[in-house]
Amino acid sequence: MSALALVLGFGNFTLGATSATDLGRWGLLLAVVAGAIRVGTPFLFVSLGECITEKSGRVNLGLEGTLVMGAMTGYAISYKTGSPWMGVLAAAGVGALFGALHAVICNLPRVNYIAVGISMMLFGMGLAYYLGKPYIQPSAPQLPALELGFLAGPLSSIEQVRSALRINGLFVVGVVLAPVLAWILKNTRWGLILRLAGESEEAAAAMGYSVPRIRIIATAIGGALAGIGGSYLSLYYPGSWSEQISSGQGLMAVALVIFARWDPVRCLWASLLFGGVGSLGVALQGQNLTTASVAYLWNAAPYVLTLIIMILTCSRLRAMIGAPAELSRVR
Amino acid sequence: MNGRSLAETLTITLLALVASLVVFGAFMFLFARVAPSDLFYWMYIGGFGTKFSWQNTLTRAAPLILTALCTALPARLGLIVIGGEGALALGGLAAAGAGLLLQSFPPFGIQVGMAAAAMVAGGLLIGLCGGLRYWRGVNATISSLLLAYIAIYVFNFLVEGPMRDPASLNKPSTYPIPEKAMLGSMFGLDVHWGLAYGVVACVLSWVLMDHTTFGFAARMAGGNLRAAQASGLPVGRLILVTCFLGGAAAGLAGMVEVAAVHRQANASLLAGYGFTGILVSFIARHHPLGIIPAAVLFGGLSASSGMLQRRLHMPDASVQVLMGIMFVMILLSEALYGRFRAFQPREVREAIVA
Repeated sequence: MSALALVLGFGNFTLGATSATDLGRWGLLLAVVAGAIRVGTPFLFVSLGECITEKSGRVNLGLEGTLVMGAMTGYAISYKTGSPWMGVLAAAGVGALFGALHAVICNLPRVNYIAVGISMMLFGMGLAYYLGKPYIQPSAPQLPALELGFLAGPLSSIEQVRSALRINGLFVVGVVLAPVLAWILKNTRWGLILRLAGESEEAAAAMGYSVPRIRIIATAIGGALAGIGGSYLSLYYPGSWSEQISSGQGLMAVALVIFARWDPVRCLWASLLFGGVGSLGVALQGQNLTTASVAYLWNAAPYVLTLIIMILTCSRLRAMIGAPAELSRVR
Repeated sequence: MNGRSLAETLTITLLALVASLVVFGAFMFLFARVAPSDLFYWMYIGGFGTKFSWQNTLTRAAPLILTALCTALPARLGLIVIGGEGALALGGLAAAGAGLLLQSFPPFGIQVGMAAAAMVAGGLLIGLCGGLRYWRGVNATISSLLLAYIAIYVFNFLVEGPMRDPASLNKPSTYPIPEKAMLGSMFGLDVHWGLAYGVVACVLSWVLMDHTTFGFAARMAGGNLRAAQASGLPVGRLILVTCFLGGAAAGLAGMVEVAAVHRQANASLLAGYGFTGILVSFIARHHPLGIIPAAVLFGGLSASSGMLQRRLHMPDASVQVLMGIMFVMILLSEALYGRFRAFQPREVREAIVA
């Protein structure tokens, strides 16, 4: 982690600011692309985490609470230690604890995992608001951005292009993580055991693996990734801790995993799509194409998109393609 | 529910609530250095200690009863709906709109119109959620929360845009409804008639779900959807109607908040009653009559929040922590059912001994 911080710190130089160029409709496109990356990163981490959890045969609906806890923890630890990367690490730890707690409760008999998810959501939010009260005012050190503007060649002289390519290190981590996770799930012994637990509890038990333990580990890893996603919210974009920090990203990630058909690489594309749609309101307002009250309607776009996707991909007649078989069991 | 299983439910629920208070007391002692005796004393005073606090508690319990029904009714069918906050928002907005349109009518007419508009608006939102579950198999938990977010954005758009009263400067609101149409207080107490709406809605829901063929069919579909379909029950209609009724209850909560408290629709409506209602429903184990005491308890908890802030300088989120702990504990306590021999029927007890 420290090596990464060094690289990022090195990349954090600023070019002399030039005045913004009027790009017309291209400006809107650029703003949406930049937004896809900026707004999509938390979706990416939460959905990768949920993907691992669901592969083990369990759904964690409590990730919204984990995300808020991660945002609070990351911000508080960054403020206390002065190192945003310590904040990210702490957020991952807290997320793992929340995930493990969810899994342990779900392993009890007669407990409904949807209800546990909702309770963890409300518990996580309450706890984060309580513990985070002292950190609303102070400003914590933020995660540095990578200036990748040079990738655009001659276009890098345009301020908006540079700003669109000012990318956070966590996004790069997520982009690398997605194919790596896909590879691990497909080719390693660990991936196979995880998928076995998700496809058939009996088969995994017959081979001598403890399904409850596999699910605790998978849900803890999922929670850790959701915690990192939360720390991105408070430490980069929007970049401060408040009680309005998250608005359903944790829950939308569950729908996003269904849309991505439980494939980490498709989670990456889906997150970018959600991020782009999620930034429409801000982008349109930035281009003076809409008023503040109409922007509320544009802000609802990601939820409408999620709903449409769920309507299109779900079916009451057949099991979903690619879904771990244990998920469709009635409990 | 027979006497023995009622006793089991009450005992286990009380155990879970007491355990949550113990955990909460320990948490506050460790993190805020608040002595448990002070904590519980001021919580009691703030929620149930004086006439004023009882009025405060019951005023908060009224919308909680109605939003809890939004989770409890579909839960009988096996759907976990968490979109009550959205139905409440749309209900409040519809009520404010109806109140303005019907200005020239007598007060009772305005109130009936407002209630009807609110119930239809909330009912359609949650009914849509039920429809998506039935026609497309979409998970009702996720779709209801998505619909709630969409409803809240639409609410913000209308309150800050087309329906905004230009006189509301700092806090965008709709035009106020006529003074004469406001719901008054009951029996000289400072508790508005919304509480009576809630109690009546619970009794009606109980009769519908536990004493009619419709309720029997709904519970059967909740137990086993395939078996219900195979025996020719109209499962689609059951889901749609039950979800509509749940949404209508939460919509009515929005009407009550507008017509008895705020007089106009604005951001104050979105005080989290929809989300706390989910908890109330779970504490009551989705039983319509159990919702009434559970809502009074949670109304008391949220009423005590102000007292804790003033007397012990605790942040307003403290009570939210307690509610979260209670929710987790109630779910943990599910594992206790059937563990206490005293609650088992005699044949089972003898079988265990043998």
